[in-house]
Amino acid sequence: MADLRTVFAGISSPNPFWLASAPPTDKEYNVRRAFQAGWGGVVWKTLGEDPPVVNVSSRYGALAYEGRRMAGLNNIELISDRPLATNIAEIKSVKRDFPDRALVVSLMVPCREDSWKSILPIVEETGADGIELNFGCPHGMSERNMGAAVGQVPEYVEMVTRWCKQYTRMPVIVKLTPNITNILAPARAALAGGADAVSLINTIQSVIGVDLDAMAPMPVVGGQGTHGGYCGPAVKPIALRMIGDIARDPELSALPISGIGGISNWRDAAEFLAMGSTTLQVCTAAMHYGFRIVEDMIDGLSSWMDGKNYAGIGDVTGRAIPRYVHWNDLNLKFRTLARIDQDACIKCGLCHIACEDTSHQAIARLRDGEARRYEVIDEECVGCNLCAHVCPVDGCITMEPQPVDGVQTWRDHPNNPSRVTA
Amino acid sequence: MNATPDIACGRLSALELSQNFADAHPALTAPQAALEADRCLYCFDAPCMEACPTSIDIPKFIKAIATGNLAGSARTILESNILGGSCARVCPTEILCEQACVHNSLEAGKPVRIGALQRFATDWQMDHGGQPFTRAPLTGRRVAVVGAGPAGLACAHRLAMHGHDVVLFDRHAQPGGLNSYGVAAYKLADDFAQREVAFLMEIGGIAFQGGVTVGRDVTVSALGAEYDAVFLATGLAGVRALGLAGETLDGVMDAVSFIETVRSNDKKDVPVGRRVVVIGGGNTAVDAAVQARRLGADEVTLVYRRGGEHMSATSVEREWAQTNGVTVRLWAAPQRLLAEDGALTGIAFARGRAGADGRVVYDPEDSFTLAADMVLKAIGQVFLPAHAEGEHIAVEGGRIVVDGQYRTSMPGVYAGGDCIVGEDLTVAAVRDGRDAAEAIDKALRAGDGPGRGVEQENG
Ligand SMILES: Cc1cc2nc3c(=O)[nH]c(=O)nc-3n(C[C@H](O)[C@H](O)[C@H](O)COP(=O)(O)OP(=O)(O)OC[C@H]3O[C@@H](n4cnc5c(N)ncnc54)[C@H](O)[C@@H]3O)c2cc1C
Ligand SMILES: Cc1cc2nc3c(=O)[nH]c(=O)nc-3n(C[C@H](O)[C@H](O)[C@H](O)COP(=O)(O)O)c2cc1C
Ligand code: SF4
Ligand code: SF4
Ligand code: SF4
Repeated sequence: MADLRTVFAGISSPNPFWLASAPPTDKEYNVRRAFQAGWGGVVWKTLGEDPPVVNVSSRYGALAYEGRRMAGLNNIELISDRPLATNIAEIKSVKRDFPDRALVVSLMVPCREDSWKSILPIVEETGADGIELNFGCPHGMSERNMGAAVGQVPEYVEMVTRWCKQYTRMPVIVKLTPNITNILAPARAALAGGADAVSLINTIQSVIGVDLDAMAPMPVVGGQGTHGGYCGPAVKPIALRMIGDIARDPELSALPISGIGGISNWRDAAEFLAMGSTTLQVCTAAMHYGFRIVEDMIDGLSSWMDGKNYAGIGDVTGRAIPRYVHWNDLNLKFRTLARIDQDACIKCGLCHIACEDTSHQAIARLRDGEARRYEVIDEECVGCNLCAHVCPVDGCITMEPQPVDGVQTWRDHPNNPSRVTA
Repeated sequence: MNATPDIACGRLSALELSQNFADAHPALTAPQAALEADRCLYCFDAPCMEACPTSIDIPKFIKAIATGNLAGSARTILESNILGGSCARVCPTEILCEQACVHNSLEAGKPVRIGALQRFATDWQMDHGGQPFTRAPLTGRRVAVVGAGPAGLACAHRLAMHGHDVVLFDRHAQPGGLNSYGVAAYKLADDFAQREVAFLMEIGGIAFQGGVTVGRDVTVSALGAEYDAVFLATGLAGVRALGLAGETLDGVMDAVSFIETVRSNDKKDVPVGRRVVVIGGGNTAVDAAVQARRLGADEVTLVYRRGGEHMSATSVEREWAQTNGVTVRLWAAPQRLLAEDGALTGIAFARGRAGADGRVVYDPEDSFTLAADMVLKAIGQVFLPAHAEGEHIAVEGGRIVVDGQYRTSMPGVYAGGDCIVGEDLTVAAVRDGRDAAEAIDKALRAGDGPGRGVEQENG
């Protein structure tokens, strides 16, 4: 059995699966249920200063795709709307009863030293394992100069992180916003400020859709809408890229990462680990199906690790990073060709029309009387994979690597005007 | 001894009857339709579409259901097949579109439910939109359509759309053809046939004249002289006889007339035997047997002269008969109708088997008898050429001869549907009617319309 225990920024948890700071971690009732279900840790729903914020009614919008619900979720919620004292008392009680689990408290207070200085001891007193600085919330709070408004300015990230390190002995995790062009800048700032770790991504600024009858963005609140934060399966690729960028950066490679963004199953989890994460945070998947989803996450990850002979999480973290390169480093001589398994093919014609209309006219549509047959024209196929993606039958179209004759990258390609001629 | 067979009305209560003749396959709900539509892969060069005699663009209409564009979905169906609503209910999809669906290759027997989705979209149109087509500028041309079944209706609608005026003749008082009095009642429940005819007629320019038997009340030549073109869609008006003594006994009926009685009357007024024997192996035999059961017959036996694999009824229909409590007996040919005191008591069959040369051999010595109060003959319908006789309309093998343009041998006279060679299916009749209308329109626009010789108009 693979060992799923993790130590992240000095915080231990029995497995890497944490619930992200969000409604699932909003109060004692939920967090107890989550721990009972097997979650390794939680980041408590972000606390702020009293008086608490006020939330609107109608808070979520979701993206459905061809019958699948919640491929993406958008929210216009704010941080915890309950009094600080209530949260603090509950955190204390839960931590006392679940000492082996990670309990991190997410914080967001105004960008003033005394605000941070005064809240930190209150949190520390609960026995919580660490704090996460919410520099990510892209709506509502940033208008009040908190959340993403701080996260988008590296100097502020560094400054607030430094205050926290100064006023608490708890480990400090800086949660990064993806609403920025270069994720390395705030990550470097966090490191410079003394952060013990970073977590990413928070939600992405978005308008999930437009209600065509109300003629207002969704979710519609009394006839109007506003932009929100986007998360769920659809944001996974964005998260993976940002995490990978930090993990492969030589200056940042020592900074532990808690990966967040669209993690829905053990396979996603393994990918986030491979791209550099040590712990994993989940929100939307739990909001969709409840806390029980962690069972298969733990089980699936551990079976997969057993199959690959990875003894512990440390064997997986960052494993794909040496092969996460810049485009310029890819071998231009490598070629694959599409191969159709004629026995598996159900003759839907989707590969043909995709390649014919939008790729390289490399799949012939043949007719043998009544019978349809689709065949790859090797000379035309550029190995783009489009057909393999549109084919509705798993494994029916595979991409077959061809023998490679040496290596040529763009750096030394004759078509590159600025090629390096050594 | 009772000298009359046990044939009676009202064997079941009004409630039982209304349940038995309600919609056999209820409509999909909106969430069901959305789920089912999402199963469609939106195939390119879709095999299902090729298997539809009217070539409905199936992926397109299903995609439109998935996107919530129900008006577009219905229009896509109806522009290929104006009787898309009844086809959705009566088509043997298991041998047409759904048989060709690629999902069968992923999991046998699990095609996209194309028929049910087609019904969903066309129902929506009939409930919300009314007739989605309008007429082209009027041409002043007039066409006589003889027979108001699926072929005649489809032809009339397409002609009206192209701006021609149509007079639709039928010997029945009501239009609809076999949709009104042939197809099983539970396939077209809730008066669907008449509602669909009304929907189709909304386009305008179609005048229905019921109670006119062409060939008797008016000749085809006379119509040809009065109209710019004539379309014959008279179906198969006759039925085959068994050729046995006693076919005129009380209780011996042809299945088509029995079904017509079922379709045209309040179910409580339809007489049915206690023990019913149906002879035949097609749709009609299955429909007669099942409807006899649903009227309250105790025992219904369907007897076919060859094996199950030879029956023209599809496997789905055979199962339907069996789930309705019909006993199916194979390899038996009717030998003798039995009577006592002039009243039907049963029917004797000779057992048969496939001979060495593949033909069936019946052994007259090896026979069995089934007691029966009612014997329904469903051994095939035939074309009655009465209206063609004495005209220059070639008939061959019992069907009107047409060319690729649906032209008969008589100038200006076209024919389609069951009365010409081809599959005897509602959907095939619709295709014939539609395509014949296109041929007529083309001919009229080219100015070679016969009849009154109206000047060519470029309408
Ligand atoms: C019992 C039964 C069940 C069936 N079930 C199905 C089914 O479930 N699915 C399916 O796809 N198909 C079914 N069929 C076949 C289908 O009904 C026919 O293929 C279809 O109706 C043919 O259409 P049509 O317009 O050619 O002829 P018809 O529907 O037969 O219409 C012909 C019309 O012409 C009229 N007519 C005939 N002669 C004259 C005349 N001399 N003058 C004036 N009018 C005349 C008739 O009154 C009739 O209205 C069934 C057939 C039968 C008999
Ligand atoms: C309704 C909702 C409320 C959220 N509130 C917070 C919050 O208070 N603090 C925070 O740091 N992140 C908050 N998040 C962001 C999540 O913690 C997480 O970063 C994001 O949802 C991506 O993960 P996922 O794709 O697994 O949902 C919220 C997300 C949702 C859906
Ligand atoms: S890999 Fe790309 S180019 Fe090759 S057949 Fe598939 S779609 Fe066409
Ligand atoms: S997409 Fe796949 S199943 Fe469809 S025709 Fe192409 S190879 Fe066959
Ligand atoms: S074959 Fe089946 S899946 Fe393909 S378009 Fe037709 S109904 Fe859809």
